[in-house]
Amino acid sequence: MAAGAVLLGVTSGALGTFAVLRRQSLVGDVMAHAALPGVVGGYLLAGERSLPAMLAGALVTGLVAAGLAWVLTHRLKVKSEAALGTGLGLGFALGVVLLSYVQRQPGAGSAGLESFLYGQAAATLRADVLVLGGVAVVGLGVATLLFGELKVATFDPVWARARGHRVALLDAGLTGLLAVAVVIGLQAVGVVLMSALVVAPAVAARQLTRSLGAMFWTAGALGGASALAGALLSAATPGLATGPVVVLVASAVAGLALLLGPERGRAAEA
Amino acid sequence: MVTGAAVATAGLSVDYGDGPALRDVSLTVPAGVIGAVVGPNGAGKSTLVKAVLGLVAPAAGRVALLGDRPQRTRHRVGYVPQRSSVDWDFPADARDVVTMGLYRELGPFRRPGRAERERALAALETVGMGHLARRQIGRLSGGQQQRVFLARALVQDPELYLLDEPLAGVDAASEAAILAVLRAERARGKTVLAVHHDLGTLRDYFDWVALLNVTLRAQGPIDAALTDEVLADTYGGRVPLPPRGPARAAGAGLEVAPAR
Amino acid sequence: MQPLLDDVAFVVTATGVLTAAAAALVGSVLVVRGQAMLTDAVSHGVVFGIAATFLVTGAVSGPVQLLGATAAGVLTVVLTQALAGSGRVRRDAATGLVFPALFAAGVLVLSLFARDVHVDTHTVLLGEIGFVWLERVPLLGLEVPRAPLVLLGVLVLDALYVLAFHERLVAGSFDPVHARLQGLRPGAASLGLLVLVALTAVAALDAVGVVLFVAFAIVPAVAARLVAGSMVGVIAVAVAAASAAAVAGYPLAVSLDVSIGGTMALLTAVPLAAASAWRLARSSA
Repeated sequence: MAAGAVLLGVTSGALGTFAVLRRQSLVGDVMAHAALPGVVGGYLLAGERSLPAMLAGALVTGLVAAGLAWVLTHRLKVKSEAALGTGLGLGFALGVVLLSYVQRQPGAGSAGLESFLYGQAAATLRADVLVLGGVAVVGLGVATLLFGELKVATFDPVWARARGHRVALLDAGLTGLLAVAVVIGLQAVGVVLMSALVVAPAVAARQLTRSLGAMFWTAGALGGASALAGALLSAATPGLATGPVVVLVASAVAGLALLLGPERGRAAEA
Repeated sequence: MVTGAAVATAGLSVDYGDGPALRDVSLTVPAGVIGAVVGPNGAGKSTLVKAVLGLVAPAAGRVALLGDRPQRTRHRVGYVPQRSSVDWDFPADARDVVTMGLYRELGPFRRPGRAERERALAALETVGMGHLARRQIGRLSGGQQQRVFLARALVQDPELYLLDEPLAGVDAASEAAILAVLRAERARGKTVLAVHHDLGTLRDYFDWVALLNVTLRAQGPIDAALTDEVLADTYGGRVPLPPRGPARAAGAGLEVAPAR
Repeated sequence: MQPLLDDVAFVVTATGVLTAAAAALVGSVLVVRGQAMLTDAVSHGVVFGIAATFLVTGAVSGPVQLLGATAAGVLTVVLTQALAGSGRVRRDAATGLVFPALFAAGVLVLSLFARDVHVDTHTVLLGEIGFVWLERVPLLGLEVPRAPLVLLGVLVLDALYVLAFHERLVAGSFDPVHARLQGLRPGAASLGLLVLVALTAVAALDAVGVVLFVAFAIVPAVAARLVAGSMVGVIAVAVAAASAAAVAGYPLAVSLDVSIGGTMALLTAVPLAAASAWRLARSSA
């Protein structure tokens, strides 16, 4: 369980760097809430509790919701916040409906599914850690392999395109990485609070670092530490959901960094 | 279209949906000039730059950049966008940003090494920013940020520099440094085309001009093309122009601000 | 009258309609102002207020709770603005940092200290619209279900406020030149709106929970904005669409045996699809 928490914390925290710098914190929130129908759908399709199926489902519905928001913004001229709110609201509503459907069915499946609301790290099976590890490797691997490209696409996409970088592809890749960052933590942190674990470590890291690489790995470290601390603390109290504890730890870290961080915190201005 | 021109457009029109941004623009920028594109707000100057770079699709007409399609040649162009196009609250120092100009050379998987950082530093020295190489970009002044952008273009050693309002809101020292670099590059045989915001300094800094207000009103060598009639036509009668002649004592901080 | 108030179907549907209408009313203003996600921040922040008020006073419902929860909703936005204003965090990240933290704290307190009380973390998230008919208060000799009564009051308050101040609240939003105005606009009218959004979120909590409130607030308003060109028009269409979704949602949910609140929220997609199709057809014509 601890290993799983560290894996997901590091991955979400590190990949969250790009989301925060691209001002896509909200997109992460949409993907997380809209992951609920995918989690339930994956369970229904697999016929049993299968983490790979549920995470795959989460990935799909999260991306669909983000895609819906994109269509609303670009084809129908809907303002971006409203479009994202639409994806979030409808995605979650669908998830609620599907969840209630499963709850009415005979069998014990729904208990495991409900833990995806607020997260339950203790529910992580040994086999799950392998899945999480795989996702982490893919996510972090792609990010580090293409780090330079992602950096230019994040910092100055217009210039990058003029320079000959494949910005449209990189944008899609960054969206995919955000989806991975969100999805990997859903079991432990839950759909409602997962986006905070993508945002808080990156915000904290920004106050402490001077380069994108440093921010990336610092955010990963802080995310991993927060997830671990949260998982252990919530396991110590029976029945306590993991998500709220993890998010409180990560938020506290961010708060501290904002107050004291040498880069742009109070200390820097003194 | 004229071959040998740095930039050539024929009947270029661009439409953003709520009206044409550019209409039937046939521009020919000769190689080796320091050229300016001027016009009032909303005239389509930035749009022209983007169309020339192939970043926006024309509704009509053609664009040739360095004699070929923009998508093919734009990597040989040093593009210096407006400062406002970037969030400067990004974790990077000046040297980092300039080094990004070399990423394409390196390819998607290679990391920049010592050699690249040395080249970036040299470019920063050229724009007079060598001593600020390790400063976080969010802590730089507007003029310093502009010079970083220019250094990023320099490091590519491009054939053409395309700059979008490079001197707007820039301190005198930065302005002098930027001009010095552009002149030096022209002396090396490069072409410079800049969207310029200040009619008062037009004659001092540029030798070629295009006057734009959705349509192209005039183009050519400064002395020939810049007439009062053309100015009145481009700016719709409200021309923000001081008396003729040098209007700025560069470096002394003295300026006759154009009526705006 | 009493038989009607005892009829589960009626009470649940009425609650749904009142929730949807109130949410759509305030949501319309926020959507037009470009502040749609304020609903998300406020409704989550409200939970912190509920938890804090419970800790301090032991109250689980009533005016004290209403006050505390509403105040927390407003506080969430104020804190977010302060953080974004500091310059160290961009607005989207500030939002994504503050309200989840407050919500997490609230949920934590509730799960640790409010175990035996009916307000639990599950209800807070999803609501229990199917059970709103249980809690009743005596009024004019009748036994009236509490939740829809409160919602009715909130709806009236919302309607009066918005109709009185709508011009001031959305000044410039329909003018393309000024349409770029973003962020929280200062002014007493804006503060009043914020308080009402928080109040509406609190009232809606029992019925549909924190997140579905967001769906009712935003989706019908987005649909309305696609077809209406004035604030009053947007409000009218949004409220109508939201109410229709609520009315249709109850029988559908019952027949499929799924979440009532969820179905009502999901059905707001129908007017959105219709409005989108109409808009797309018009623009290509």
